[in-house]
Amino acid sequence: MTAVELAGITKRFPGVVANHDIHLSVRKGTVHALVGENGAGKSTLMKILYGMQKPDEGTIAIDGEQVTFSSPADAIVRGIGMVHQHFMLADNLTVLENVVLGSEKLYGIGAKARRKIKELSERYGLGVKPDLLVEELGVAARQRVEILKVLYRGATTLILDEPTAVLVPQEVDALFDNLRELKAEGLSVIFISHKLGEVLSVADEITVIRRGTTVGTAVPAETTPRQLAEMMVGSELPTPETAESTVTDRPVITVDKLRLEAAGGKALLDDITFTIHAGEVLGIAGVEGNGQTELVDALIGLKSADSGTITLIDEEITGWTTRKRREQGIGYIPEDRHRHGLLLEAPLWENRILGHVTEKPNAKGVWLDPKAAQADTRRIVEAYDVRTPGIDVTAASLSGGNQQKLIVGREMSHKPRFLIAAHPTRGVDVGAQAAIWDHIREARREGLAVLLISADLDELIGLSDTLRVIYNGKLVADADPATITPEELGSAMTGAATGHLEHDETPESPADTPETPEIRKSPESPEDEAR
Amino acid sequence: MKKFDKERVLLAVAGPVIALAVAFVLSAIVLLASGKSPVEPYTLMFEQLSFSDIQVLIINQASMYYIAALAVAIGFRMNLFNIGVDGQYQLAAMMAAVVGAHANLPAALQVPLLILTAVCTGAFWSGIAGVLKVTRGVSEVVATIMLNAIATSVIAYLWLPNVFGVKVGNNNTTGEMHESGWVPGIDMGDAGEIYGLVFLAVLLGIGYWVVLNRTRFGFDLRASGASESAAAASGVDPKRMVLTAMLISGGIAGLAGLPILLGDTHTYSLNFPTGIGFLGIGIALLGRNSPVGIAFAALLWAWLDKASPELDFHGYDKEIAVIMQGLIVLSVVVSYEAVREWGLRRQQRRVGAELAAGHVLGADNNTKEVAGR
Repeated sequence: MTAVELAGITKRFPGVVANHDIHLSVRKGTVHALVGENGAGKSTLMKILYGMQKPDEGTIAIDGEQVTFSSPADAIVRGIGMVHQHFMLADNLTVLENVVLGSEKLYGIGAKARRKIKELSERYGLGVKPDLLVEELGVAARQRVEILKVLYRGATTLILDEPTAVLVPQEVDALFDNLRELKAEGLSVIFISHKLGEVLSVADEITVIRRGTTVGTAVPAETTPRQLAEMMVGSELPTPETAESTVTDRPVITVDKLRLEAAGGKALLDDITFTIHAGEVLGIAGVEGNGQTELVDALIGLKSADSGTITLIDEEITGWTTRKRREQGIGYIPEDRHRHGLLLEAPLWENRILGHVTEKPNAKGVWLDPKAAQADTRRIVEAYDVRTPGIDVTAASLSGGNQQKLIVGREMSHKPRFLIAAHPTRGVDVGAQAAIWDHIREARREGLAVLLISADLDELIGLSDTLRVIYNGKLVADADPATITPEELGSAMTGAATGHLEHDETPESPADTPETPEIRKSPESPEDEAR
Repeated sequence: MKKFDKERVLLAVAGPVIALAVAFVLSAIVLLASGKSPVEPYTLMFEQLSFSDIQVLIINQASMYYIAALAVAIGFRMNLFNIGVDGQYQLAAMMAAVVGAHANLPAALQVPLLILTAVCTGAFWSGIAGVLKVTRGVSEVVATIMLNAIATSVIAYLWLPNVFGVKVGNNNTTGEMHESGWVPGIDMGDAGEIYGLVFLAVLLGIGYWVVLNRTRFGFDLRASGASESAAAASGVDPKRMVLTAMLISGGIAGLAGLPILLGDTHTYSLNFPTGIGFLGIGIALLGRNSPVGIAFAALLWAWLDKASPELDFHGYDKEIAVIMQGLIVLSVVVSYEAVREWGLRRQQRRVGAELAAGHVLGADNNTKEVAGR
């Protein structure tokens, strides 16, 4: 029996990709994965199903009955529920209050509501305690509250938008158990993701979207990640080359006992010490909010260290301004490109100047050199395959991946000696991701030192020469990317392990080698690339 | 890329045109509601444009509006609201008048001296707000409003006969300035004289454009206005930029009263024009902070000012012009935001369409697939 049937959905929409003739059929009691590159049109499609957007053409049928939604309220009445990627919970309210908020009419706000929450929690194995404050909950627990919120409103079809983006591997497994409970109870789940490994492990059926239209469906049992990835990008993936180590013994950036305090004296960063050599990529693993942002800010000069030193080659730069650091060869790919990397309403060529306004070719003395900057922007657009009709369009009109390629191109154009790459491929599609990795690896060969911060453990393990784990503002563990697995790294990220992480199985054991080296040492391999 | 250029011009013109049209219609409704002809006041005011003496008045008035609006605009370009241009230009004009009355150098030195006095006074006054903002986090809006009030008191104090004041009848003045500080105007015969410092306004407009669009400093300033966080990450020191922008804004503001001071009144008295700084805010808004746009806006404002007194002779209230100025500012704010969003969406759509059609910069990339490989 079909729970949701979308047929011929077309949406003309301001943006890079519109939906065009999309077909999606979700059976009752299944997990249906919707995969596609960023910007392929997944979000638009889900907004249409959730009543946030109206399709220009096409039909939506719920349980075989044709419907039109003019708001999410209509969708909720029909049993469609959405768990957003960014949680919409009030921190200072309890779980119970968050759940009943806006649906007070259903079961009131008192004992009846609490009973209902407990019942749902037990039935689906969510383990939600109604009287805890949301601010006391971890990310995974908050996500379960979001799921419960949707169930409380009577949803029979749940849309989960990239639910695993914020979770560590163990939490992902727990989430998948929850999803299996849901489907055992006859509910349907639409699972949006671009991590193909996860999709294959949890989904019953897969629909692939490319460039705004459905290009096919797949059954996990008969599909390999590689085939799926090829469906997503519409072309054969390149075969990975093994990356040999390029690490030298010339230290480029040396951080010694760095400490950064919050206003009240609480340490945001404490006793951070590391050295990155020319040609080395140091990966920092950690659950978000454990000091990564502060570390980047301290290195680029947005926050000044309370104690400790930072040394670039042989000069101490602790007291340098951001501008001086950038002029002296620190490249910066920021975590949040919209806040820190771009002027969204300025043309591309002005964005090419941003951050390098004092350097050639952007300036001659105190004067700007718009002609040279424009010419160089054209070069970057071509060399880094930024997809744009021209360099006079605003940065806001490009898709996220193309914005990121522009930023990478800009930073690489100034021959940095040290590159801070914070989530360099976040929200970037498979193709652009591989291209960005290539650029980083190429620069590494030429002696660039890179600090890589990423939530994508495969990216971290694949690109890094050395791995450190940050927890609560401290570097608590280190690991060898050649032997560590994402699961082991994941448990260290929760603070469960410290010191040097050893892979459980003996890495030299011949039984272990056939599959591991390829996955671990080559992030371009399709499985990793797709994640 | 010509398409996008044309687009930009269209967007730049659409906002003001819509705003003006709405304001005129609303003013007409006000006239209708008060039982008067909704058309005749406009025809009367347009007629005024054909008189050469009114033209001279408009140009003279516009020069001061223009300078004040530039001062406001430079703040706007980096998200600072210098609402204190009014106090800055009045205090600066007074100090220039005082110096002009007491120092007597050759004209070639006297005029630059007076200009420098005005710039420094304006910058000093706005600099107080700038220092408060970067050291104590005081909002520049609050600080400059209060400094306006303080400036009024300071002026009243300086007007005291035992300080710098000279009583002329019932009027407080700062005494007549030495003639070496007078800037000769362009004689237009019966129509009057165009202030010599109208050219200063033009130069400031050119300078404003060059600094903002062609210098590193201007880029940093615009970046700070567009995104404070991105500017900081790009290496702009936000505090220093706030202070610098406030000083420049105040310095320019200090010049706003000089065309009339050095060109006509030659003394700072009770009759000296007030309120130009506040009008400058509306003019900068209407002119979209662009030197050319502000010039048109300043001329429009001056026209409404100088053509409206005629209405009194025909049974209309000249205040209709003030109502119209207010309505223009209101509709400007609404229409600019609407046009801006519309333009942004339109461009996104067009970029999407062009990409879908395969019009990607760099011909060899056209054949590549989405993967970019």
